[in-house]
Amino acid sequence: MPDMPETNTGADASGKIPVTVLTGYLGAGKTTLLNRILSEPHGKKFAVIVNEFGEVGIDNDLVVGADEEVFEMNNGCVCCTVRGDLIRIIDGLMKRKGGFDGIIVETTGLADPAPVAQTFFMDQDVQERTRLDAVVTVVDAKWLTQRLKDAPEAHNQIAFADVLILNKTDLVTPEELAGVEAQVRAINPYARLHRTQNAKVAIDDVLGRNAFDLDRIMELEPDFLEEGHHAHHDSDIQSVAVTVDGDVDPDKFLPWLNDYAQREGANLLRSKGILAFRGEPKRFVFQGVHMMLDGDLQRDWRPDEKRTSKIVMIGRDLDREAIEKAFRACAV
Amino acid sequence: MTSAAPNATATGAVTSLLDHVRPLDAGAHVTGAAFAGDMAMLALGDGCVLLCDAAGERRVDVHPGGAVLAAVGAGDQFVTGGDDGRVVVTHVNGETRAISDEKGRWIDAVAASGGAIAWSCGKQVAARDAKGNVRRMEAPSSVRGIAFAPKGYRLGLAHYNGASLWFPNTDAAPEALFWKGSHLDASFSPDGRFFITSMQENMLHGWRLADKKDMRMSGYPAKPRSLSWSNDGLWMASSGADAAIIWPFEAKDGPMGKAPRECGVRPAKVTQVAFHPRALIIAIGYDDGAVMLVRLTDNSELMARMPAPGGPVTAMAWDAKGKRMVFGTADGAGGLLTLPV
Repeated sequence: MPDMPETNTGADASGKIPVTVLTGYLGAGKTTLLNRILSEPHGKKFAVIVNEFGEVGIDNDLVVGADEEVFEMNNGCVCCTVRGDLIRIIDGLMKRKGGFDGIIVETTGLADPAPVAQTFFMDQDVQERTRLDAVVTVVDAKWLTQRLKDAPEAHNQIAFADVLILNKTDLVTPEELAGVEAQVRAINPYARLHRTQNAKVAIDDVLGRNAFDLDRIMELEPDFLEEGHHAHHDSDIQSVAVTVDGDVDPDKFLPWLNDYAQREGANLLRSKGILAFRGEPKRFVFQGVHMMLDGDLQRDWRPDEKRTSKIVMIGRDLDREAIEKAFRACAV
Repeated sequence: MTSAAPNATATGAVTSLLDHVRPLDAGAHVTGAAFAGDMAMLALGDGCVLLCDAAGERRVDVHPGGAVLAAVGAGDQFVTGGDDGRVVVTHVNGETRAISDEKGRWIDAVAASGGAIAWSCGKQVAARDAKGNVRRMEAPSSVRGIAFAPKGYRLGLAHYNGASLWFPNTDAAPEALFWKGSHLDASFSPDGRFFITSMQENMLHGWRLADKKDMRMSGYPAKPRSLSWSNDGLWMASSGADAAIIWPFEAKDGPMGKAPRECGVRPAKVTQVAFHPRALIIAIGYDDGAVMLVRLTDNSELMARMPAPGGPVTAMAWDAKGKRMVFGTADGAGGLLTLPV
């Protein structure tokens, strides 16, 4: 019998090595954040995969140079792109005696985070040994507005983030900062956001996030408390959240979700959902990157918990009305 | 066609080879295995090689502080490539000599043939002939697999979206073989008619070199990372399923339109295959640590190692005479099988 790669087993229990992906446009402060993580007195040993040698390095850690070689899987899906160099490097790292407590992948400023993230879902061997912990995106508070105008990559990096580091806040006025934050939130309202100077952030806010662990997806609420943030539309990327007040029919919902991800996978960057299936005492949770979906039954709905079904999609030119209509049609 | 079985199995008295295996404590992930004459070698993830023969074992630290990523046997020496960027030749007497230093870039693949040695690091490929002259080329993308053609000073390189055939001693551009996807390991058929690669997409791809006709060998539940040709060149075995998948190459079209044989079906995934160099017998290593020998002529099976802790079998090699076989596992177990006379 073929061995199915195990997913969704609590990451630490499974012995998989957590992988943190650091993205951010050129000059935003990625390397500052990376060096900060490495120099904290955490006693952990990291393998760091970087594209430029030289600026990074703590004696205890292994720094590996990468080439960001993205290739298309030969499976008929144009958005199934993966980082071949990452597969090769992780294969090699797993052979080293002693191993690592974690792997940090620093992408170039122009990189699309999707192939990096997809590598951890598409390759069996990588999936058996590692788990994607979170995509961390560093954003330059001073230059973001400009970047959003001239760099499509900057949009993707924000959309993909599980953790956003809004850096260089000391270089802008409080009003400018509020404006930049609203721009970021218009693209991705769900990531955990930290305002920093010199990328100074607690290490626990960056590592050990379990952002792709279905068991850790507890709720899908925007990560801000203020009501009525400004509706900026500087980006063609936006998020669509739809809630059904009650159960949905899995026989309608799952085929729709799969079909939607297949059709719109190229535009759909990240998706998540918590659902109450008719007659099912457990919560169904899914998350996806482009057309790749990962879903499973999670814990029981608690007696004091209202059974509701919610999906969140972040993508480019998403048809909000069509998504709403289709999802609501799954309600029972 | 009948082929001479080794004496061991011809007696009919042998029911298991378990007592003929000398356990080896490799102590680190076994990344490669090879023989040079009577000396067996296991390449290790702690940068050492373990040399073993009848006299005992010795450990040589060939890539200090690093890991051996690729290893082959070459005459009376071994060639290893490490994640320290060095290509090192280790003589059977334990003496080592670095023949290249790629400045910390990982050596991803090595190959050897008749005194010539080739290696890759990323896109860079180097070929060193028996006299020590090194020629270099840059492939279109990172090269994961290198193989010497059975005849002529020619290399087959597996990379993204196909493969390249390179004559290092000419200035001609490498011949390109296209097939979309990521190609990993490389192997020529012993008669030089076919070039085979394993692929990221759980399949093998092949080209008939005379006309570049494509062959797809698919249906594997995992990547078929281990390939081995029978001594008569008529069969090619592969890992990646719960049996060794053995393709027939006798016909003009190779395995096209033919079903493969399945040998050594067990409730475990095959991770390594190695044909006996003189008989139609195949050694199969599994992800539960078991090792089994299967004779193709009658499918008779002999266990050489029962399932055991120590992880999947990650490397296997026969000596040239077919008397002994060495294997190692992901967690540093290993063994040296000597066939009973």
